[in-house]
Amino acid sequence: MLAGPPVLMALWVIFSFVIPAFAVQLNSIVIAGFPLGFYMAAQGSLIVFVVQLFIFAKQQDKIDREFGVAEDD
Amino acid sequence: MATQTTAATDAFYKQLGRMYGTYTGGFIAFIVLLAILEQMGVPNKILGYFFVFFTLAVYAIIGVATRTAQISEYYVAGRRVPALYNGMATGADWMSAASFVGMAGTLFLLGYDGLAWVLGWTGGFVLVSILVGPYLRKFGAYTVPDFLSFRYGGNFARFLGVIVLVCCSFTYVTAQIYGTGLIASRFLGMQFELAVFAGLVGILLCAMLGGMRAVTWTQIAQYIVLIVAYLTPIVILSTQHFGIPIPELTYGKAIAEITAREQQLVKDGLAVLCTQQACPAGTLRPHIQPFMNYTPLNFFGIIFCMMVGTASLPHILMRYFTTPSVREARQSVAWSLLFIFLLYFSAPAYAAFSKLEVYTNIIGANIDAMKPWIFQWGELGLIQICGKNAATLQTAIDACKAIAGHSGVLRFQDFVINTDVIVLSTPEIAGLPYVISGLVAAGGLAAALSTADGLLLAIANALSHDIYYKMLDPSAPTIRRLTVARVLLFFVAVLSAALAATKPSDILAMVGWAFSLAMAGNFPAIVLGIWWKRATTTGAICGIIAGWGICLFYLVVSRYFPQAGVTYFGMTSLLNPETGQALINVAQVMADPKWLADFPASAANPLANRVGWFDLNNINCGLLGMPLGFLVIIVVSLMGKEPSREMQALIDEIRKPRGRTVLEEKT
Repeated sequence: MLAGPPVLMALWVIFSFVIPAFAVQLNSIVIAGFPLGFYMAAQGSLIVFVVQLFIFAKQQDKIDREFGVAEDD
Repeated sequence: MATQTTAATDAFYKQLGRMYGTYTGGFIAFIVLLAILEQMGVPNKILGYFFVFFTLAVYAIIGVATRTAQISEYYVAGRRVPALYNGMATGADWMSAASFVGMAGTLFLLGYDGLAWVLGWTGGFVLVSILVGPYLRKFGAYTVPDFLSFRYGGNFARFLGVIVLVCCSFTYVTAQIYGTGLIASRFLGMQFELAVFAGLVGILLCAMLGGMRAVTWTQIAQYIVLIVAYLTPIVILSTQHFGIPIPELTYGKAIAEITAREQQLVKDGLAVLCTQQACPAGTLRPHIQPFMNYTPLNFFGIIFCMMVGTASLPHILMRYFTTPSVREARQSVAWSLLFIFLLYFSAPAYAAFSKLEVYTNIIGANIDAMKPWIFQWGELGLIQICGKNAATLQTAIDACKAIAGHSGVLRFQDFVINTDVIVLSTPEIAGLPYVISGLVAAGGLAAALSTADGLLLAIANALSHDIYYKMLDPSAPTIRRLTVARVLLFFVAVLSAALAATKPSDILAMVGWAFSLAMAGNFPAIVLGIWWKRATTTGAICGIIAGWGICLFYLVVSRYFPQAGVTYFGMTSLLNPETGQALINVAQVMADPKWLADFPASAANPLANRVGWFDLNNINCGLLGMPLGFLVIIVVSLMGKEPSREMQALIDEIRKPRGRTVLEEKT
């Protein structure tokens, strides 16, 4: 139940809106030339979106099977 | 039986893998062959023709080979496109000429603020997966209006759905055909209008005979071309500069150098920094500094509108109708985003490498030392030096001499580059062989054509399936339905090509508008239709009209009738994000008889797109429309009687993957 829709929506809000809102502060941290605020909006959030979608597809399928509403393979 | 189907499916997947594997290998061999031809002295123009016509021919062959006379094949590719391949097709469907050619340029120009588009055009798939896509797949529609009509019982909701669909898809498809014409005319030296119609033939060959089925298999081929074309130049560039072939890792160094260089330019008096006291056009905005080009409201507004728009655009949603199961629809959204991600997380690298080149080798250099590639683009009016199109070295020198006190060293404000040039010129800037430039052109074409295919199909399907079959002639036989679909496709395509050939000034801006319009019109009705059993027909109809109406009104007034907006609707000037002052002096413009007579407002009108309510950019009109849509649907629904028990049972059914689709189409 780690990646149910409410958790995913919360992650979506955090990585789309909350983190970019602190871009100015995060930019003072620099890793390999990347200011962190810039990096998060350019790559970090995107990676989170991709990974969470794969996890969600897996989790939801598991839940569907548990409740007997999944499609036959 | 079950094992037989599984075995057949496995064989089908294996065959697909072999086919597209061979295709990719063949494409790479083709690039190598052209590279050898270039070394042997074949002229550039011939290489360009080879690239464009070979790829177009491949798409056309796939289109013809997968033609179909079956309804479900034509509308939803027989619902047997595997998740991974549907992901690739969606990627190509999604990434248009604006993504391929324009995105990196936007990031070059806006720096951090441009990332609003990168975030907005990726994060929306989270909403597609959680809220919309798999449920529409379970429902079993052929088109998005199909769902609205069924859920909100009747043809009025269907009709509204078709209007929203056509409105947001038509301008979008025109922009793609325009992009096709632009790329073909630049790289092949064809006349623009001719290039537009050449692109049209390519689109029609794919989409007309085979509908969704042909478009799907073509889009996969186009995705492979576009991603190879996009990544090749920057991988080479990254290896040249930093020794590591992963540009997404190395461009951090470029960003650090850009920041250092920016400070140096300001110190040397070659650039004026944009500050809170004064920030006019032509001042330098640091690359990593947020909220210098958009206010926070508009920055987050763009992110939100593009994301929600993603989950509302019919040509994207209908791609998830084609998977074999609900499970695969969900997986397919994840694959789609992965394939889209590959391009979007590379775009900032293009921007950084180009900006570093411009800041080190162009600004601060003597005008005599300009490299020849600048004048090739200057000739096309895409690079300006000292306020004049830099067609030749002499025009540039003369233009700068005309500026009082100009020392002959290029300053920041002297150099203006069109954003479309960034990706297309990167191979030349890096001094790569012409074959790479040709490859990039082929990729840009693939991006424009694949999106145009998907959009045209969405429009033609809505007209043929929803309007003709469902509303006008429900007893039409299969042959006639397909004929009508093809004829309509042809006419919509020709119409949008004719519009693109007139080079309308607003066409690229309209791509952003399409997202807001789709969001305001579709999102509340679709989401509440799936997630709130209490939503009623009257509620949905009022909600679509109110939400979509206010968004369209805001767009049209602030763009075309800003004088009326100021006089009658209380619109005021948007604000400069850095200084917080009005962008334009509205009273002064309104008093000028020249602009008073400009009605509807032309693109040059200083008021156009620069007035509004609450300092809200009109791209973000969905921020007005969507909440209003939700509110109206909820309030009106609660005032009426709740939907029938059968309908509520069907909505429950949509949420369970198991079982038959809710809507069964006769084929």
